[in-house]
Amino acid sequence: MDIRLSGVSHRYDQTEVLRDISLEIPSGKIVCIVGPSGCGKSTLLRLIGGLEQPSAGRILQVGTPPADCLNPLTYVFQDFALLPWRTVHGNISLVLEDHSIPSQDADDIIQNVLARTKLSDFAEALPKQLSGGMKQRVAIARALAVNPAVMLMDEPLSALDSQTRELLMDDLVNLWTRIPFTAVYVTHNLAEAVRLGHSIVVMSRRPGEIREIVHLDQPLEQRGLGNAELEDKQKYLWKLMREEAEAADAELIHV
Amino acid sequence: MSDQINADAIRPVPFRGGGFAPSSRRWVGLVVFVVLIALAEMGTRQGWISSLTLPKPSDVLKTFGELYSTGLLWKHLSVSLSRLIVGAALGASVGIAVGVMIGLFSYVRAGLVPLVAALFPIPKIALLPLFVIWFGIDEGSKYALIAFGTFTPTVVATYGAVDNVDRGLIRMGQSFNLSWWSIVRKIVLPGAMPGILSGLRISLAIAIILLVAAEMLGAEYGIGAYILEAGSLYDLERLFAGVTILSILGVTLSICIGMIERRLLRWRV
Repeated sequence: MDIRLSGVSHRYDQTEVLRDISLEIPSGKIVCIVGPSGCGKSTLLRLIGGLEQPSAGRILQVGTPPADCLNPLTYVFQDFALLPWRTVHGNISLVLEDHSIPSQDADDIIQNVLARTKLSDFAEALPKQLSGGMKQRVAIARALAVNPAVMLMDEPLSALDSQTRELLMDDLVNLWTRIPFTAVYVTHNLAEAVRLGHSIVVMSRRPGEIREIVHLDQPLEQRGLGNAELEDKQKYLWKLMREEAEAADAELIHV
Repeated sequence: MSDQINADAIRPVPFRGGGFAPSSRRWVGLVVFVVLIALAEMGTRQGWISSLTLPKPSDVLKTFGELYSTGLLWKHLSVSLSRLIVGAALGASVGIAVGVMIGLFSYVRAGLVPLVAALFPIPKIALLPLFVIWFGIDEGSKYALIAFGTFTPTVVATYGAVDNVDRGLIRMGQSFNLSWWSIVRKIVLPGAMPGILSGLRISLAIAIILLVAAEMLGAEYGIGAYILEAGSLYDLERLFAGVTILSILGVTLSICIGMIERRLLRWRV
């Protein structure tokens, strides 16, 4: 299933947040969205997933999601959004409970996603017992459990320290190479973008417009640390973004 | 460089942290009780507390023993407890339901919050005569008084707790297409539980106060009736025995809620 945005604009009261965004998200690819803070990239993600309605323009699903897909558009949040009163197992079963799946099948799904995210030993742990990286792995496992057609990831690694971030990026690359998934990945971190994105959408400061879409052809599994080509891309992205970021930073002071 | 500084200028960095984190010291509470009672016993025995001001704790204990051996204790306690349980359960459950609705629906909130604010400051005891007319002189009016008294603080605590549920978790529920009822049951209610339980602590204490008040007006049995009778006869031993029962009831309820909290809120950081 692809996602197509045509002429999407959005405003909150008087503030124009997004202007005329047209974008194609092809299935099986990771599209990263980068931009300075306050450029509306998180808003764009909420629009894509139907948590908010755009002021203008249309967001379309092209094609039908696979039959075993329980929740076509599935989020992974920056703050993990785990229920603190449920165990790891309970947090994942939460999203399966409304689908009247036989409990045996649900257990199989949970075991499977826990194994894929290397969490099998922590099924009965409460979120408060887990580190930030583990919590985000639980959230990713929960997202995988509903077999999403498109994963909408809102700065999923931004609340983590840089070492955990590296580990989780490797995990995401591994997950994708085993079973390619479609994802929109919002981040302000250019290193994450060049590491995970098949294409990178660079947005301008508010009102957010698409400045450029950068394509990366190198396969995900070959993009390690200190890769020269990635460094160049990252430098190029930073050049694109630098002015915007500076201007956005100065703007915030005047608010 | 450090060699040039003489030895008495070297001292450990003074510790300035610590404190502001009370931890549980179970026995302290008990010691306070024991010391106070021992003081009263000593004073009344030695005469520097007159028997008109305070009864001898040992006499109170004796009265308590008689109350127990004659079976009157259970008779008073059972009617009081049943009134408390029925009234408080009614008030708390309706209160939680209304509080959750205020927390979830704009119209309910707009309509009921002013009403609750208007009802809260009314001393419910003042309404007892009215309740007697509405619900009859027997148990009905007593249930109603206790229920009404528990209802308002429970409502306020509950909708405050629902307001404080992490909106991010609710948005997560919506993003996974959970049904409205699932979100309320699995996210809103458990998330509001800490606030609801601390509200219950207050409402149950109020329930005990109202229980006694209700029993002081037209009840044959019950702790309130017992205390009222002892008071009008100026029988201080029995008065204090009755008050002690109330205190024990209060402490027991508080321990019960503490246990429920530990059980239900294990997940809290």
